[in-house]
Amino acid sequence: MARFIIRRLLAMVLVLFAISVITFLIFQVIPGGDPAVRLAGKQPMPDQLARIRAQYGFDKPILVQYARTMKEIFTGNITSYSTQINVVDEIKQDFPRTLWLALGAALMWMGFAVAFGLYTAMRAGAIGDRVITVIALVGVSMPVFWIGALMNYYLGFKAGIFPNGGYVIFGQSPTDWIYHLLMPWTALSLLFIGIYSRLLRSNLLDTINEDYVRTARAKGLTERQILTRHVLRNSLIPIVTLWGLDFGAVLGGGAILTEVVFDLQGVGQYAYESVKQLDVPPVLTITMFGAFFIVVLNTFVDIVYAFLDPRIRVS
Amino acid sequence: MSADPLLQIRDLGVSFLTEEGTVRAVDGVSLDLAAGEILAVVGESGSGKSVSAMTLLGLTRSPNARFEGTATYKGTELIGAGDHELQGIRGEEIAMIFQDPMTSLNPVHKIGDQIAEQIQAHDKVSDAAARERSIEMLERVGIPRARERVDSYPHEFSGGMRQRVMIALALSCDPNILIADEPTTALDVTIQAQILDRIRTLRDETGAAVILVTHDLGVVAELADRVAVMYAGRIVEQGTLDEIFYEPQHPYTWGLLGSIARVDRDRPDRLPAIAGLPPSLADRPEGCHFRPRCPHAFGKCDQTPDLEHRGGGAPGHLDRCWLEAEAKERLRQVDGQIGLRAPEESPA
Amino acid sequence: MGTEPNGLGPGRLALRRLRRNRSALAFGVLFMVIVALCVAAPIWSHHFAHIGPTAGDNLSQVTVDGKKKDVVSPDGVPIGPTWQGRYFLGAADGNGKDLAVRLLYGGRNSLLIGVGAALITTVVALILGILAGFLRGAVDGVISRMMDIVWAFPVILLGIALGTAFALGGVNLGVLTIGQDSKWVPILIIAIVYVPYMGRPIRGQVLGLREREFVEAARAQGMRPLRLMFSEILPNLSSTVIVFFPLMVANAILLEAALGFVGVGVRPPEPSWGTLIGVGVERIQTGPHLAIVPGVMLVLAVLGLNVFGDGVRDAFDPRSTIREER
Repeated sequence: MARFIIRRLLAMVLVLFAISVITFLIFQVIPGGDPAVRLAGKQPMPDQLARIRAQYGFDKPILVQYARTMKEIFTGNITSYSTQINVVDEIKQDFPRTLWLALGAALMWMGFAVAFGLYTAMRAGAIGDRVITVIALVGVSMPVFWIGALMNYYLGFKAGIFPNGGYVIFGQSPTDWIYHLLMPWTALSLLFIGIYSRLLRSNLLDTINEDYVRTARAKGLTERQILTRHVLRNSLIPIVTLWGLDFGAVLGGGAILTEVVFDLQGVGQYAYESVKQLDVPPVLTITMFGAFFIVVLNTFVDIVYAFLDPRIRVS
Repeated sequence: MSADPLLQIRDLGVSFLTEEGTVRAVDGVSLDLAAGEILAVVGESGSGKSVSAMTLLGLTRSPNARFEGTATYKGTELIGAGDHELQGIRGEEIAMIFQDPMTSLNPVHKIGDQIAEQIQAHDKVSDAAARERSIEMLERVGIPRARERVDSYPHEFSGGMRQRVMIALALSCDPNILIADEPTTALDVTIQAQILDRIRTLRDETGAAVILVTHDLGVVAELADRVAVMYAGRIVEQGTLDEIFYEPQHPYTWGLLGSIARVDRDRPDRLPAIAGLPPSLADRPEGCHFRPRCPHAFGKCDQTPDLEHRGGGAPGHLDRCWLEAEAKERLRQVDGQIGLRAPEESPA
Repeated sequence: MGTEPNGLGPGRLALRRLRRNRSALAFGVLFMVIVALCVAAPIWSHHFAHIGPTAGDNLSQVTVDGKKKDVVSPDGVPIGPTWQGRYFLGAADGNGKDLAVRLLYGGRNSLLIGVGAALITTVVALILGILAGFLRGAVDGVISRMMDIVWAFPVILLGIALGTAFALGGVNLGVLTIGQDSKWVPILIIAIVYVPYMGRPIRGQVLGLREREFVEAARAQGMRPLRLMFSEILPNLSSTVIVFFPLMVANAILLEAALGFVGVGVRPPEPSWGTLIGVGVERIQTGPHLAIVPGVMLVLAVLGLNVFGDGVRDAFDPRSTIREER
């Protein structure tokens, strides 16, 4: 097991390095034109351009620029082109909001998915099963920012049942904190509840027909024991790991649009606003951190999977 | 037998409702099982032997399954018994081992835990005591270094070892009946012999009765005391091992015996197979199910023959064939051995 | 059971099962109806609305029920649905563009991008997946690492990053130049982002296929690897591709909507469902229908694809609720 962990960690470091290179290259190689010109604004003077180039290092070779950008990011010194704000500081401030959004949604969707998944598997073919399948399919077909915006408008702005967006810090008022997060949590969960309950349903139906469930029954276990110790336990393994991956994906960037629509001022919204202004440093940094986070979480999930399913440890 | 049979099955019927119609997998099976005896149920795929065996423990229950008949074990009716009753019997009184040891054990639980699970389902014992008993059972079935291996996972064992684990599991609560559903089919021949030997030894030691479901006559010859031959959901012949092998009464049995490769005769160019295919279990011809494939069929065969004693021999030797006893004696020999004539060869 | 086994290949069997699945077929038809509507956008634009998708006049007036109304009111509120030819669904924004016309033309763009991206992804994923799975070794190492790395990026973030990069000035890789306003930008972004989504399962399947006897037999006959990959492996992947494709298009359309919403997808003044939703959400308080209408259209299209795609998957791998024991 230890060897497995070490191997995964080493692979992780390599991938992280590759990610940093690629993210950097995306913003280096793709854009046509001269970045200094873009920054200088209208009617740039040559010496102005030269100054900008020197200041930002656009005149240096790529390798140096890469090293410099990485240094800036990791020492927390990278500043936005347009606002001159320190990007890393801003991210640190916004991160807890994104974290709570993602975590709350992840727990919510998992809870509902397990309930729905179990229900639809037990009643495969019955009307409840079909209804939930339809809901799941609709959930997967909706853009989260659209349904979020509509929820915010109708339930928040018009009906006043929920607040009209915004985020309240937990320290100030726990109840308000939850109150403000309920709608975003729901909007974000809708997408995943569908996927996960159908996934669990499919796994459960597969597992129920497995030979070892028949053996468990022949042992004289109660249906409940069979369900928990054999059916659920085995069905949930791939799902828990998938959940970990999706949680990472949501945290790493999927929550962006939800934050925007509900005005939660999280990392995602920061990225969105930077994109609107074509401000590169925040987008670069957030993309990189987002990917980093996912890779780290993936590695963690792999290790947990090996822990849950002993067959994996051999490979 | 003067003693009451341990298990009495009467007119067991199992039907499945499918898109293609009602499939009658088991069509009126009646059997007795005495304590300590090994009863082999022989037949090809689709004969209903596995379904019959699994129905005894209620393992074939599903929304589209329909059951008839009775199976009485020590006064308790198994067919249609409640979940709670069945759970008490499963594992504790009647235990089962399945065909495929690779998939019959849960891959994410240690084998020791899986055995202990059954023990603790029926006896209030501590975890430590259950574990000790698991190790004991593993030793009895011949797993080397049982004390260490009790914490291993199923994928760390070979097929033969896993089947032994299944046997250990099945016998861990000292059941009175062991149902073995094709226990050696998924194993290679050298391991087969060991497993069969193990089953017989354990029967001798514990006095448990065994229902051995198989399609392999070699396995039957090795282990069985009595044999029931099934075809298309019905028992077509039953008797002691010697009666079936030396004085078979039903043409299907002749076909089965005749189609085995034998050391004591010349190698034929082709092994004689029974002509035709088993009938669909959905649409049944009336009368004897074997009729379409039987070279000796005649007018009366369109009436369903009952399973009864028809000729010479012991009263326990039953069959379902309308042919007269001496006709059977005459017809069952082909080239000096027991076998089924090919359809063209039979006299009109 | 019975006497003769029937000899339908897996494709024909799947088709038969699919035909029996009425809800899947109904939703497939729904999707095709939407496609047809969007394809007919010019017809609507020329013959009914008499206004193009990017044209807009916020100073004019329309006659509704005999009364003259401003297309855009003095305080910037666009007119609501008139249920007549022009501005059938009302104006789309403060510039007086026609919502219905933009909806249909936007649909064309979204569908074009969705299908285009899905096609590119499929082709690239097939090539990479087959090469990686079949040749293994160093080739597999490089390709798999590349796919892992692309997949490590959160889909939306990667899309946004690429979109931003492209928006900064199009692509100029010497050989390839794509204008920053080109529709190829979102097509390529989406295609790249989703290659691992399809590529990794394909690779996995190829890994399994290459061990099968028919491949060994072909190799023993002396077939060259390239020919093998093309004539033996590729056809066996067809069911995987067929099952994945509708879902790919659905995902592509949704990603396009996200990119459009953020502003790095289809560039103005060209419409797409994503950009329409973006504008609609911004202006939701002046008229929720601006956000609802394009959203509903998109949801219906994607739902149609998803349900149909589900049906296709079930047709290839059915799980009947009635099982018979031996």
